[in-house]
Amino acid sequence: MKIADFELYKALLYERSGLVITPDKSYLLDSRLTPIAKKWGIPTLEALTLQIRALPDEKLIKDIVEAMTTNETSFFRDMKPFQIFQDNLLPVLSEKRKSKKTIRIWCAACSSGQEPYSLAMILKDREAQYKGWKFEIVATDIADSILEQARKASYSQFEVQRGLPIQNLMRYFTQIGDNWQLKDEIRSMVKFMNINLLESITRLGQFDIVFCRNVLIYFDEKTKSDILERIALQMEPDGFLFLGGAETVLGITNKFIPNAEKRGLYVKAGAAQLAAGGASPAAAQASGLASTRGNFGAPASSASPPAAATKPSDGSLNTTRPAGGSILTSGLFKRT
Amino acid sequence: MMRTCLVVDDSRVVRKVARRILEDLQFTCDEAEDGMQAYNYCAHTMPEVILLDWNMPVMSGIEFLEKLRALPAGNDPRVVFCTTENDMAHIQRAMMAGANEYIMKPFDTDIIRSKFIQIGLLEDEN
Repeated sequence: MKIADFELYKALLYERSGLVITPDKSYLLDSRLTPIAKKWGIPTLEALTLQIRALPDEKLIKDIVEAMTTNETSFFRDMKPFQIFQDNLLPVLSEKRKSKKTIRIWCAACSSGQEPYSLAMILKDREAQYKGWKFEIVATDIADSILEQARKASYSQFEVQRGLPIQNLMRYFTQIGDNWQLKDEIRSMVKFMNINLLESITRLGQFDIVFCRNVLIYFDEKTKSDILERIALQMEPDGFLFLGGAETVLGITNKFIPNAEKRGLYVKAGAAQLAAGGASPAAAQASGLASTRGNFGAPASSASPPAAATKPSDGSLNTTRPAGGSILTSGLFKRT
Repeated sequence: MMRTCLVVDDSRVVRKVARRILEDLQFTCDEAEDGMQAYNYCAHTMPEVILLDWNMPVMSGIEFLEKLRALPAGNDPRVVFCTTENDMAHIQRAMMAGANEYIMKPFDTDIIRSKFIQIGLLEDEN
């Protein structure tokens, strides 16, 4: 691809989605836009570029943005965040929200829906335990085509084998032809909406837990910090944020503080002080260690102590902690 | 200590592909061409995990699994079916017979790794 053409797509994608394409990722333009050209009856990628220069069609541009912003996903991707969700966050929040009996969860950039549906399955498994509770899962993405796919919740044999335990497949899916259809009892637990993270997100309301994993890596620093700060505004003071394993808030925003024991888990700055009667750091670490392995198929038989996943009450420990390296490589996450 | 996986499949190609993937995942591999060979192997030494095809000559995978689970210490190995049988009835029958996970062919490294993580044979790297 010519440099001028690359610059054209780079500017277009940045303006429309905040996506930052670096020259080393220019192959993605080739591999993802060639099918778009085909779909529009345009013979080559070069011809597609010409058309965008000459008379940019809004719908064509939308297709291009969607093709470039679609991210890889799988059920229970990376597993650990889901274990933390079921073993630590659910017990903590069900204690804190026991008068309201409502927990709101947001999956930002949900792609084809595997992440919100994984959470829905965890909650469905615990239905009896949380009788009378209302769990709202809001899943958003920038791409209408992927949202449509997510709502449909029909997955290929390949997709249902990556990360999804066989018991969940048996319990929550119906085989239709070559595909596996997620049952309505799970589908109906997730509400999908089109949201561009660059635009206002206030209409989503307040959340207790936000999953925004492997999304920010595509943005530049300024956009990252803008998005994180606006996410912070949509979160309850004692809410939790998940970022991808390779992502960090360090040097980007001071609105969130990484949890020392759980990689990828963040609390809002100031939440440590809010947490009443938090466990000692040692107790929190011990309980975290004890609960890192779980079985998604079976309902939780024992709940972790309420303070397990909250920050140690000693706020100064967190704010004076040096660079991310030490947090990210904390002993808990080393392979045994 | 290296952990052992017994690959049971009548196709030499499948055994070879599986072996390559499993060795990448730090397992030592042994091979059996049918359920009977696998049964004789297990009667001697129990492997930690068994990757098991369904349709094979001499003895099928499901028959082997039922006989294995009846052996003393026969519940020790984790058994992962790996077969072209991809309907719910087969999956249910396998799980009833004591399988721990179920892979529908074709498979790749990601699927095997993902299933092994699910049943606690591997740690998630993330």
